[in-house]
Amino acid sequence: MKLSDDEKAMRDGRDGPTIARAMDLLIRYGKALGAEDFVETRNVCGTVTATTPFMRDFAMRALEQRTHDAPNLDSAAALDAVFSEFNLDSAETVPLPSRVRAFSSHLQLGFDPRHPELMGVSEQTVAFYRKSEAMAARMGVQMMNTCTPYQVGNVPTRGEHCAWMESSAIVYINSVLGARTNAEGRESASCAMLTGRIPNWGFHLDGPRLATLGIELDIDVDTVEDWGLLGYWMGGWVQDQVPVVWRRGGQALRPANLPRLKHFGAAASSSGGVEMVHLLGITPEAPSLEAATGGRALREVRRYGREERAATLATINHTGRERRVDYVMLGCPHYNIEQIWEAACLLEGRRVHADCALWIFTPRAIKALADRNGYTATIEAAGGELMTDSCSAMSRAVPKGARVVALDSVKQAHYLPAIVGLQAWYGTTAQCIEAACTGKWEATL
Amino acid sequence: MGSDAVTHLPTRSPASQESARPDCALDIENSFLRANKQAPTIATGQDDFNWVEIGVLLGRCVVPGVAQALALVTRDRISGWGGVDPRTGTVVETRHELRGQSFAGRVLVFPGAKGSSGWSAQFHIARLMGTAPAAWLFNEMNTKMALGAVVSHAPAVTDFDRDPLTLICSGDRVHVDASQGRVTVWRQLPA
Repeated sequence: MKLSDDEKAMRDGRDGPTIARAMDLLIRYGKALGAEDFVETRNVCGTVTATTPFMRDFAMRALEQRTHDAPNLDSAAALDAVFSEFNLDSAETVPLPSRVRAFSSHLQLGFDPRHPELMGVSEQTVAFYRKSEAMAARMGVQMMNTCTPYQVGNVPTRGEHCAWMESSAIVYINSVLGARTNAEGRESASCAMLTGRIPNWGFHLDGPRLATLGIELDIDVDTVEDWGLLGYWMGGWVQDQVPVVWRRGGQALRPANLPRLKHFGAAASSSGGVEMVHLLGITPEAPSLEAATGGRALREVRRYGREERAATLATINHTGRERRVDYVMLGCPHYNIEQIWEAACLLEGRRVHADCALWIFTPRAIKALADRNGYTATIEAAGGELMTDSCSAMSRAVPKGARVVALDSVKQAHYLPAIVGLQAWYGTTAQCIEAACTGKWEATL
Repeated sequence: MGSDAVTHLPTRSPASQESARPDCALDIENSFLRANKQAPTIATGQDDFNWVEIGVLLGRCVVPGVAQALALVTRDRISGWGGVDPRTGTVVETRHELRGQSFAGRVLVFPGAKGSSGWSAQFHIARLMGTAPAAWLFNEMNTKMALGAVVSHAPAVTDFDRDPLTLICSGDRVHVDASQGRVTVWRQLPA
């Protein structure tokens, strides 16, 4: 790889061993990709905290190897060991940096630290997490703790080079905002935070952003649910290729709001590896078919119509057998305030069924607004919980004894049966709230 | 690393469903039975007399290193987070061809990585738990795949001169010299 003088100096230890390890990982990663050089980034989203019992155990073992005294998880060395291995891919333990170089936002976790008992997380795990959270905040990482940083103040601009993790956020900022990011992982995002560099490859370049496949919509795609089904069908076909989507006759799509496009991207990145899609008339780089394709012919065009929609719905619901629902989870990706408002309105004056639990997930900052607006009180009065920082798929946590879940997220319906073995039903938010209050799934989209 | 992998070869499952695949049967008839009149011995063990070299693949080094192990082949892309359980090295994705099968210590041959950006973290944990693949052979490069291979520390090769999914069957013995971009494949002949 071609390295600038600054990058060589970071690699060679000018800024200390931690930055050198970060640069080393990025170089190994860049070579693996076949990247020619790095691009500068000032906007990174990733995960740097110690959130799992596995990491806590890892810290214990690392400390035991160094000293014959009882391991002290309060020591800085415990967090250094976790950060070195899980964020820098460095077997050698190096000290934590004092400050990140790029503006950095923290993604969601494996639990809600305010509800350890509901999520089956031990106090020790939460205590160790809180130390690492304080460490990350001191380094300058914004503790947004959400899969949707673009909902709480980190809104990249068109053409901005980013290094983001979280598949649903990646496809959103590439396709809706016109920012430029690949799907980073825990290690590459952490190293980008420390160095302000990421391999100049894939969606940082013009060529790979162009569409090569086409989708013509034969039916109206209007509701949040419609957008989720289209996304899931599309991801299953295109995998990680770049498609362009238009309405019948080559028309631009009708405008769609944030919950629709957020759900669409999350679904597309679950069934496939979609990181970039051109929505004709919506994506900044897709004012026309020619702009979206760079004037090249599409390799293949498929139609999305009634049959495709019905088959996709059947696929998503393939684990659902029993109609008795004992869990409803909303907020994947994390709800915005409009969606919490909608849920609160649907719940007003009703009670969640005694044999059912309702968990709704949102970023901390949006929960603060929901608290202030009285929506949290409405949800809690109905017997539901408004939670933050995580979701059931991330945490593997579901209410005790839950077997059948109702969801308004295609992504969650894709992952939860695999991760925790639940049967899943997918429908609208209103259908899910109805299921929460009756304990039964009676809907068909 | 390479010699360790040789002495700890996983037991080959008898009459596995993959080796009964028609395209593999075709391979046996058309290519190496005709090409190899004599079955060369490729390792020191007595049981190795009937392993026959069926081909060599040349590709680009992704992660340097050398490993030898039995192949696990799938035509499905693999999800990291939500798709595998790193505690057991097992594919858990519903409707996946390899669901319930373990890739621990195998040469994983597959199209590429898909799904959540938690890909690398899953295989990072798998390495620490000793359940990572012994090597990676894949066709489609993306950032999940590159980073996952890097942090797994397992040799990895891509950009092959011929499709590894066509040549290699589950249960084949595969020697991966990623540093040289050279992959050698042997198959056990029916007795």
